[in-house]
Amino acid sequence: MKKNEVPQDKSNLESANIKEMYYAVDENGEYTTELSTGWDPKTIALDNAIKDIEERTEIAKQKVLNNTTSPIEYYMELHKMDVGILASYVGMWAWRVKRHFKPSVFKKLSKKTLQKYADIFEITIEQLKDIHK
Amino acid sequence: MEINFTHKQSAHCENGVVSNLMRFNGFEVSEPMVFGIGSGLLFSYLPFLKVNHAPVVTYRAMPGTIFNRFAKRTGVKIKREKFSTAQKAKARLDENLEKNNPVGLQVGVYNLVYFPEEYRFHFNAHNMVVYGKKEGRYLISDPVMEEVTSLSEKELEKVRFAKGAFAPKGHMYYPIEFPDKLELKKAIVKGIRHTCKDMTAPVPLVGVKAIRKIAKLIRKWPAKKGVKTANHYLGQIVRMQEEIGTGGGGFRYIYGAFLQEASKILENDQLSTLSKEITQIGDLWRDFAVDASRIYKNRSATEDGYNKVADQLATIADKEEAFFKKLKKAV
Repeated sequence: MKKNEVPQDKSNLESANIKEMYYAVDENGEYTTELSTGWDPKTIALDNAIKDIEERTEIAKQKVLNNTTSPIEYYMELHKMDVGILASYVGMWAWRVKRHFKPSVFKKLSKKTLQKYADIFEITIEQLKDIHK
Repeated sequence: MEINFTHKQSAHCENGVVSNLMRFNGFEVSEPMVFGIGSGLLFSYLPFLKVNHAPVVTYRAMPGTIFNRFAKRTGVKIKREKFSTAQKAKARLDENLEKNNPVGLQVGVYNLVYFPEEYRFHFNAHNMVVYGKKEGRYLISDPVMEEVTSLSEKELEKVRFAKGAFAPKGHMYYPIEFPDKLELKKAIVKGIRHTCKDMTAPVPLVGVKAIRKIAKLIRKWPAKKGVKTANHYLGQIVRMQEEIGTGGGGFRYIYGAFLQEASKILENDQLSTLSKEITQIGDLWRDFAVDASRIYKNRSATEDGYNKVADQLATIADKEEAFFKKLKKAV
């Protein structure tokens, strides 16, 4: 890639004042660096990934409202986590976390366990129990 | 206290931390040189590891290995520490700062407050340098940022103790012993040979074979997984290739810069020619990303589209195979 071909597309990097560094070749064929504001093919991929998470979160929300899953799954998706990551944060086996997705199991969770989840999601137990709060 | 530390932006965080820490200790080594000697270039497919619900491909060596190999090949000794508690981790960090020793830290990105929200995923192999503490805030040199920044004690603790795959566990590292003079020549040759070996390895999930494997999978994904998932997977490949830190073209341009610098140090013209060749291969990776993005942009695509990008990858695999065979003979 030539230095003057380093893409300067609009991206969400701007909001945080970040520019990415590229390695590119100058007019004499020498390697140099150039900053970039963003590149569309990548921005689209990132936007899609975010949309995917938003969709997952919305689906989880509906499931909570239909009482087919517990709010833990909703907050997990909201925090871009999967079961493995959440299990690692709360220090439990993944199968146990998955079990806590069952509304009937969730209802019987101890205050201590609920607090663990609430701490990870940085919310109160009340918010954990009711996603509208 | 604030250590007199020069922050220089780099494309990739690990190279940048190494390059900046080496400069602080009196050795000027460029980012591409660190990357090349540390055999950072790779292609690997990790089907068992899923990130954001998609399989992982990586264009670089495992976190930490670039610095380890670089250190071993140049005669630098690194000290690495992990911690069972946040208190111990903080105490050791403060101790080092008191001793005027800037340190590298492995951190998670999810709670890194100065990153844009959209970029904050549960990725735990980011690297930064802490070079001081002022009014209760740690002074941070993050190599992918143009300028230095700072984090509160709480904010730093959170990213040092992020959880999930590659959890850093407070991981802190810094060089402790240096050679009198940095002997780059031998180190460069070792670094190049290692990369050639990896990229032409006779195993299915590493090097050019892994690129071919991904090409085959891309052809199958739309029928097997559905268009939506196929596009999600394709998007993840492009992100791994181009997201903050690769310098463009999945590190191929940084490698081109390394070969150009190496050709001067080793007085080897062949490496200069090969630098041009890997730059062209980098351009092919960029073309692949452009065409892949056309597919996932509309969330609908013909089978033709997938076959076309798969063909592009197959071509890249052939070219890289020939390239690394030539490169091996050149040193």
